[in-house]
Amino acid sequence: MPELEAPAPSDPRVIVSGRSTAENLTGNWRTLRPSIDAARCTGCLICWKYCPEACVALTEKVPVIDYSYCKGCGICVEECPTRCIGFAPEEAA
Amino acid sequence: MKPSIAEEELMSPGHLACQGCSATISMRYALKGLGRETAVVLPACCWTVLAGPAPRSALGVPVLHTAFASAAAAACGVKAGLLARGDSRTQVMAWAGDGGTFDIGLQALSGAADRDEDILYVCYDNEAYMNTGIQRSGGTPQGAWTMTTPGQGGSRRPKKDLDAIVLAHHIPYFATATPAYAEDMVRKFQKARSIKGFRFIHVLSPCPPGWKSEPADSIKLSRLAVQTGLFRLYEVEGGRSRLNVPVAKRKPVGEYLRLQGRFRAMTPQEEARLQRRVDEAWSA
Repeated sequence: MPELEAPAPSDPRVIVSGRSTAENLTGNWRTLRPSIDAARCTGCLICWKYCPEACVALTEKVPVIDYSYCKGCGICVEECPTRCIGFAPEEAA
Repeated sequence: MKPSIAEEELMSPGHLACQGCSATISMRYALKGLGRETAVVLPACCWTVLAGPAPRSALGVPVLHTAFASAAAAACGVKAGLLARGDSRTQVMAWAGDGGTFDIGLQALSGAADRDEDILYVCYDNEAYMNTGIQRSGGTPQGAWTMTTPGQGGSRRPKKDLDAIVLAHHIPYFATATPAYAEDMVRKFQKARSIKGFRFIHVLSPCPPGWKSEPADSIKLSRLAVQTGLFRLYEVEGGRSRLNVPVAKRKPVGEYLRLQGRFRAMTPQEEARLQRRVDEAWSA
């Protein structure tokens, strides 16, 4: 089998997306803002697990929502077993 | 508390999916199961757009964008190329929607399955051509409204039985998954990774704009699809089928239908007929 070399990054035949979509701050799509009530959160991590944006960070206890990316879909609000995530219009937040 | 699925995120935020899109949750889980040594092949589908236009990518693994009909063929080519370069570790995953699987990509899929190519093919099934504006596909269920099946009655034809078509190829591993059952889904991707040959995972993926449902209800719908018996979670390994999530007492299909505007025009008679079909399928 012939030896094949990896193309150089400058090779015009190869389109390389070296940057991440994390440059897109999709938080400005949001109209409703979820907010976790730390007092009632049991740290079950279901909000982290089901987030379509992967923008809920794991911490020691209460997960932290990154509002730079959260589109406000409300899945975490709906799935939270203790119903401890509020969902209020963005202006009122 | 320790998370029930892998912590590492290979899908980046800032992707361009609609609010409440479960195709993105599915991709998150897929990459959690497969890990970093993965290459993804995307034919035309929602993920083409939401992976982000160059020079940005939402995936922390290499992605090849390809034409609608060619997901499986392109994935076979990528696999052959990797092998030629001495890389036998990297998993190649073709990731296609229902349009690219049930309809347009069916020939390439059948060919790759028949040759038992060493790739994983995933169909994230949102039950219509959502990316182009909700046109009916072979994956659209009977009675569902789409832009091309408007009015009373919705889509006239029953959903194509893709599972049966794929299983007829005698492949080493087949599974169904849906994001409400996250642990089950991640486990299936891990398992698929450990098996050589052609593997297929059929993912039911609720789509708020296409199903006319609330973005917050995507996981609830994914769960209800299983609990009503409309979508069965099972896997077939070496020809032996195993039900992964037994449903002791099925919920009425109406609970699933009524959260979705696409079934709004369904008559009580049509709903009763669907319920009968589900009951018959489970008693068989």
